[in-house]
Amino acid sequence: MEVFVQQLINGITLGSIYGLIAIGYTMVFGIIGMVNFAHGDVFMVSAFIALVTFLFLTTWLGIGSVVVALLIVLVVAMLLTSLVNWTIERVAYRPLRGSSRLAPLISAIGMSIFLSNFVQVAQGPRFKSIPQLFDQVIVLFSDPDGYDVSVSYKQLMVWGVTAVLLFVFWFVVTRTALGRAQRACEQDQKMAALLGIDVDRTISITFVIAAALAAVAGTMYLMYYGVVSFADGFVPGVKAFTAAVLGGIGSLPGAVLGGLLIGLVEVMWSAYFSTDYKDVAAFSILAITMIFLPQGILGRPDVEKV
Amino acid sequence: MEAPHSAVRVDLGRAVREAALAGLIAFGILLPLIGFNTVQNIRNELVLETRWPLLAALVAIVAAGRFLHELVIIPWLARRAMRPRAEHAPPAWRAALARWAPPFALGFAIVYPPLALWLAGFQGAAKWIDNFGVQILIYVMLGWGLNIVVGLAGLLDLGYVAFYAVGAYSYALLAKTFGLSFWLLLPLAGSLAAFWGILLGFPVLRLRGDYLAIVTLAFGEIIRLILINWVPVTNGYAGISGVPRPTFFGIPFNADENGFAARFGLEFSPIYRTIFLYYVILALAFLTAAVTVRLRRLPIGRAWEALREDEIACRSLGINTTSTKLTAFAMGAMFAGFAGSFFAARQGFISPESFTFMESAVIVAMVVLGGMGSLIGVATAAVIMIGGTEIMRELDFLKHVFGKDFDPTQYRMLLFGFAMVLIMIWKPRGLISTREPSAFLERRKTVAAEFVREGRG
Repeated sequence: MEVFVQQLINGITLGSIYGLIAIGYTMVFGIIGMVNFAHGDVFMVSAFIALVTFLFLTTWLGIGSVVVALLIVLVVAMLLTSLVNWTIERVAYRPLRGSSRLAPLISAIGMSIFLSNFVQVAQGPRFKSIPQLFDQVIVLFSDPDGYDVSVSYKQLMVWGVTAVLLFVFWFVVTRTALGRAQRACEQDQKMAALLGIDVDRTISITFVIAAALAAVAGTMYLMYYGVVSFADGFVPGVKAFTAAVLGGIGSLPGAVLGGLLIGLVEVMWSAYFSTDYKDVAAFSILAITMIFLPQGILGRPDVEKV
Repeated sequence: MEAPHSAVRVDLGRAVREAALAGLIAFGILLPLIGFNTVQNIRNELVLETRWPLLAALVAIVAAGRFLHELVIIPWLARRAMRPRAEHAPPAWRAALARWAPPFALGFAIVYPPLALWLAGFQGAAKWIDNFGVQILIYVMLGWGLNIVVGLAGLLDLGYVAFYAVGAYSYALLAKTFGLSFWLLLPLAGSLAAFWGILLGFPVLRLRGDYLAIVTLAFGEIIRLILINWVPVTNGYAGISGVPRPTFFGIPFNADENGFAARFGLEFSPIYRTIFLYYVILALAFLTAAVTVRLRRLPIGRAWEALREDEIACRSLGINTTSTKLTAFAMGAMFAGFAGSFFAARQGFISPESFTFMESAVIVAMVVLGGMGSLIGVATAAVIMIGGTEIMRELDFLKHVFGKDFDPTQYRMLLFGFAMVLIMIWKPRGLISTREPSAFLERRKTVAAEFVREGRG
């Protein structure tokens, strides 16, 4: 029971990170119907931006307060990662709009290869680690054998930041003109354009929002694990995509729900079965969902028309 | 009246503004990743080092590139778009090229090893035949195999490398455990891969387009993870070494008196095996091409192409889409299995490292960049992409330009990804985007690029 509660806590933390990345996949897929393969690598790039900013603040400027440093890191990473993704969309995807479905996918795969190798060349192939932050824990309860169920400050931070940003983001999508434009483009781009919505701009903003949330995930990932390498984009990327598919691609609450489920499955699988096959479990869920529930948990069924 | 070409006005001020903006954006993006380098100091802590000159150089390159783009390329494109489209028929040289390129390429491929021997000598030729010849031909074969699935049947398969792995591991394990020969195991590995193709294809082929792509990706990863974790059989990350090498129809390539060199009265040299392997993979690749060409004329091949164009129309015409897709999947998997067992026999060592998602992505990229369904296009893309990255290994003279620490091989995959994006933007339908119809009324017409539809599965 105690192990279960502890794993639940760990799983929700991991799941929040996946959920944040998954929103990027689901939004981009929703609006231009493209699997943005490079999104996992954008997440990895954001973790590196956070790493450099964090080192700059702590070792160069000597900012002592970790909370202040983290807030600045978060803002800088979100801004710069948004700029990166905006540029990627502009350079690699926009010229291909209106051509076949495969062309942007191949372009995105190329971008993904480019990004991970760029970081490898620019920052070296080694793992980059930072000192552990907030390693205090709050012991919730302990069983007689001395097994403590605890929540670390780091985990609370991940939950808090995720919750706040999800709320802000949900507000933007459901309550503002920008969000309305976005949902309109998702339904029918031509009609949206006729009604005076700047479709190109809306798509750009979608990529910017996706990148900003990926940057939050990247910063949290760096703070939580304390280590990042150039190859860290692919597997979280595919798992987040799995989460987006599981929740129902195109559905925002679905992406978060899917992320939490994938995180929980992965952590529980590691705890009760074997760590070796935890990725197999995640990928099997993807395959099984696609086969039996292709529209996902919260997605709309895809109606095929002639 | 102005002459039509001068209607494209070159706006210098705009070019400067755009260049400044591009430089600013490049500065923002590159500042953390290039401007600073994270290095470990002696206390094993990460510290930052600055690289301002490099940052300044890259920002300047981006700004200059944007400036030239605005000043030269955009006006050029605009002028080209204004030029009236005079001819509907492609120019004569294109027809001649299309007619003569395939036999010429085949002839070149056949005389390549003697040519390399003649030009580079016994010592130097091994590298050229192995790194360029055999390596490229493996990818040509994989590209042609996947072309059946993606190019003809329009099913986007991102886990193709799984079948390549099945072929390689079947050969390695069966040859090591039971001592069976390469020629016996080649068809067996192909059938096993085809069997896996059917097994994996069966549940997923109801899915369409992108969904199919992602599930095949997942299956590819699952197979790789099983290869990594099923240590008793596959030896995990360490891989299988000492895989038996192929023989010349029973005669081994070694220095013994029963060896190939002694039997044929030649001086022993490892190059004979390399040349033999070259011709084996050449034969396998052309088998793939021949089968593809023949199948396109058979009902099943026409069903594949019809399926690619419109699945609903296919179904309403009474084509069993599931079995049509499955045969394409199995056929593609079989050729990957052949290529895999050849790969294992050539390397003598295999590990899960060789079967990552990147490999699948590279093969898919070759098919799409080459032009879906076009054998010549896929082969061209394979030669450019694999040959290009191999050539990066040879550019030692760049060390004189950029200093001793400069290692061109580091930049292979970086340029590879960049080239993928560029080619896609330049030719979104692939290098060879016209298509010869396999069935026609009265006379053969080339299908123009605009009407060539692509894998929607």
